[in-house]
Amino acid sequence: MMKSRIRLVLLACGSFNPITNMHMRLFELARDHLHQTGRYQVIKGIISPVSDKYGKKGLVSARHRIAMAQLALETSDWIHVDPWESEQEKWTETVKVLRHHYNESLRSLQFKKELRRNNWPIERATEDFLSSLDPVSPELKLLCGADILKTFSTPNLWKEEHIKEIVEKFGLVCISRAGSDPVQYINESELLTQFQHNIHLVTEWIQNEISATHIRYALSKGLSVKYLIPDSVISYIKYHKIYTEERERKNKGDLTSLS
Amino acid sequence: MENPDNRTEVVLLACGSFNPITNMHLRLFELAKDYLHETGKYKVIKGIISPVGDAYKKKSLISASHRVTMAKFATEGSDWVEVDDWESSQNEWLETLRVLRYHHQKLASSKSANSLQSAAPLIKRGRKRKQEANSHNPVKKNQLIPETKGIPQLKLLCGADILESFGIPNLWKLEDITEIVSNHGLVCITRAGNNAQKFIYESDTLWRHKSNIHLVEDWITNDISSTKIRRALRRGQSIRYLVPDAVQAYIEKNNLYSPESEDMNAGVILAPLQKYARSCKQEQTLI
Repeated sequence: MMKSRIRLVLLACGSFNPITNMHMRLFELARDHLHQTGRYQVIKGIISPVSDKYGKKGLVSARHRIAMAQLALETSDWIHVDPWESEQEKWTETVKVLRHHYNESLRSLQFKKELRRNNWPIERATEDFLSSLDPVSPELKLLCGADILKTFSTPNLWKEEHIKEIVEKFGLVCISRAGSDPVQYINESELLTQFQHNIHLVTEWIQNEISATHIRYALSKGLSVKYLIPDSVISYIKYHKIYTEERERKNKGDLTSLS
Repeated sequence: MENPDNRTEVVLLACGSFNPITNMHLRLFELAKDYLHETGKYKVIKGIISPVGDAYKKKSLISASHRVTMAKFATEGSDWVEVDDWESSQNEWLETLRVLRYHHQKLASSKSANSLQSAAPLIKRGRKRKQEANSHNPVKKNQLIPETKGIPQLKLLCGADILESFGIPNLWKLEDITEIVSNHGLVCITRAGNNAQKFIYESDTLWRHKSNIHLVEDWITNDISSTKIRRALRRGQSIRYLVPDAVQAYIEKNNLYSPESEDMNAGVILAPLQKYARSCKQEQTLI
């Protein structure tokens, strides 16, 4: 009899300004790693772009960032964009985004249970149907770069109780490049050490460091970003004239630029 | 009014296994084009991907027909990069220089075919051309074809690894390297901290023609090698977003790249090594 795997959802928070091939790669890497442990079945990936209220310089409007992510994920059958975080009145701490998505998944499970109890037909994709048979809600883990572990020790950036909730109740899947040593960040923190069983470290052996900052710079200079971000996203950027030299200059606060 | 664009037209040619083609290969073209345009001296009009023939006998090289097909899928979304299968359809392995010469010849004959179509009456050898009033054309003796723009320059596009492979004994003929850098030119994409400049410095041949060797730094650490792609596939790992979607789908559909395919040509000597090792002549070395 096949040992049943724990169903799992991956959530990635960030600016996605814009989304790049590397962002999507993180999901693929994480899924492969978790599947190869034999213990997990990754059923869904969620990209949650940050709200405009985050106030980061150069952040184009959420409407664009969501649209670009949607275009990028058109060909993915398991990762999708969720606009909830971007629609909130003010900036939402990561732990609250996790809580929201976990509650959503509980709610959906409850709903399906109701349907079954009432013998209503469940017309869903096979995946959803199979998952509706499982009484347990899938686990939700935060997908991120291993540098997030480092930021946990930055004073005033994270609330201690939030870090605890994230690593204890949810869990992390951290991608790092070959040659770096994320284990040290865990060792340097008592909290992280305590919950290290819930921190999955994944090594990226095929380096593909496409920073969104570089993408924006290249776009503003008219340089090519083809094969770094999907063609559909490039077309969108051109059509809506975002990340132009003018806009980048304004973002840098260049007082000599004429508006 | 004549076209004020005095930039030299350039065609980029990339040779290699493309086993399989990856996003990194495609990026080389984009980086090279941007770089050459930024100099203000060049205008890149075309990119050619020329996959090597099966006779190259490299380990794990799968059939040319698959590699060419994948490259074609990969360049479907490009309006200037195309795939050429001439090299891959040859029965024997061809030196890179021969592929360059072939494409250069092709460019030259298509250029003259175009200019003949739009030519003024041909002038026979030995006859002076009557100078028309207000004509801006200089009088040219022995002119068979009216003055047209030159043939585009054909440059070899490669990564720094190819440049440095010039130093591997018996892999390249010195006279080939010399002709490549003097008659054509190299556009070599490197990553930060690479030894390409040092390599050029240490070679008299390359140094002499260094103005024809363009080093372009890749601003992204992009290490999507075909070897790693094949490894990932053997391990059942995803290659999405590292190769174009159509290439990934083709590989999956045709079940390419297994442990068996990795053993292709195992123990067989690479074609150029076999060819040059047989030669008794005392070869000059690059460095």
